[in-house]
Amino acid sequence: MNLEFERIMPSLPYILEGIPTTLKVVAVAAVIGFVLGILLSILKISRIKPLNWIADFYTSIFRGTPLVLQLMLIYFGSPQILGIQIEAFQAAFLAFGLNSAAYISEIIRGGILAVDKGQREAALALGVPYSGMMLNIILPQAIKNILPSLVNELISLTKESAVVTIIGLGDIMRRAYIVGGETYKFFEPILFAGLIYYVMVMILTILGKVIERRMRRSD
Amino acid sequence: MIKIDGLKKNYGKLEVLKGISTEIGQGEVVAIIGPSGSGKSTFLRCINMLETPTDGQIRFKDQIITDKKTNIMKVRENVGMVFQHFHLFPHKTVLENLIYAPMKVKKLSKAEAVKQARELLTKVGLADKESTYPNRLSGGQKQRVAIARALAMNPEVMLFDEPTSALDPEMVKEVLEVMKSLAHTGMTMLIVTHEMGFAKEVADRVLFLDGGLLVEESAPEDFFSNPKSQRAKDFLEKVL
Repeated sequence: MNLEFERIMPSLPYILEGIPTTLKVVAVAAVIGFVLGILLSILKISRIKPLNWIADFYTSIFRGTPLVLQLMLIYFGSPQILGIQIEAFQAAFLAFGLNSAAYISEIIRGGILAVDKGQREAALALGVPYSGMMLNIILPQAIKNILPSLVNELISLTKESAVVTIIGLGDIMRRAYIVGGETYKFFEPILFAGLIYYVMVMILTILGKVIERRMRRSD
Repeated sequence: MIKIDGLKKNYGKLEVLKGISTEIGQGEVVAIIGPSGSGKSTFLRCINMLETPTDGQIRFKDQIITDKKTNIMKVRENVGMVFQHFHLFPHKTVLENLIYAPMKVKKLSKAEAVKQARELLTKVGLADKESTYPNRLSGGQKQRVAIARALAMNPEVMLFDEPTSALDPEMVKEVLEVMKSLAHTGMTMLIVTHEMGFAKEVADRVLFLDGGLLVEESAPEDFFSNPKSQRAKDFLEKVL
């Protein structure tokens, strides 16, 4: 095997410059996904049936079709739907955020259902309104239990973000591919991109463990 | 203070409460006893609407709480409840458990809430545990914290749903002591219990429920020495 890393050496900074793009997409999508995921999970456990249906329908759409397809529909479809071409970044935020929300809502729903129903009753008996009960009592306990699953979701979001390459965003993946095209060497830059993703995922894993340990303080 | 009229509760076809009527006066301590499955807990849980009655009326002071228009959250502020399994908030320290609802619901300042919480913790003998998480407490300590948490809302009535049933025998006494001293302060209390000795000593009145009906209602001395109904006789024979 003749690996020639020296050929791509000058281009490594260029690939590394894709990190902020990747992080930006992941961070914004994670926030959208988390907030929308909580809202959806609350709709799913509501006693009002139509709210269940809306949330279930949403989930079925975003889990039932490929992410690449959703990204393309949002990016290339925006002139037809909205009458304007949205920026690639906005399309990526939307597609990843909306998609992630579907998965996160299921994780959170499971977490909420796993909290002892006595907690709800104790809060109600104290006169605590529904919103306070959810935000201060139920969700903190649910999130502690589902933290490993949430970290999982964040990790897969980080790697999946490579898909933004197809709408022309200069993330790690796209830059590695461009370097490949310029140097006629694809194996090395893509291997290097793989290393960057791996390191990012390791950092997330460690962060997740630290947060988990802190949240388990009360055990 | 509380007037209950023809209270019924069904779960599907199962009739748990078949029409219960009684009245509870200010400062009265009422023990609710009866065999398991008699509807004692359901009856108690209807009083703060944790269970929605199927039929009948409950009046708390001048409010009809079974009326849909009544803001039940407001009523619950004045009705404290203690559960068999404590239900302390596990992610909050003892002190945080006590100050949460007063701050959230009654909008007390943190300083006021903490001051009051510390007084209550001293009363239940747990002043040294304020920064402990519930998992580190024994069952008896948990239940005393749960009582203090309910009292932190300054309720006018306290409901106890088998407060000692989940405790190891050696911890029952410390909880009953706290309840006894609470009874002496003139608190109105409804207690579902299997502690006959406690009922006899502390209660002003005993309600005996069986099969969803209020079978007997009398002063504890009469009830325990001279039960009127055959069902109460059978029950007492088994438990005493």
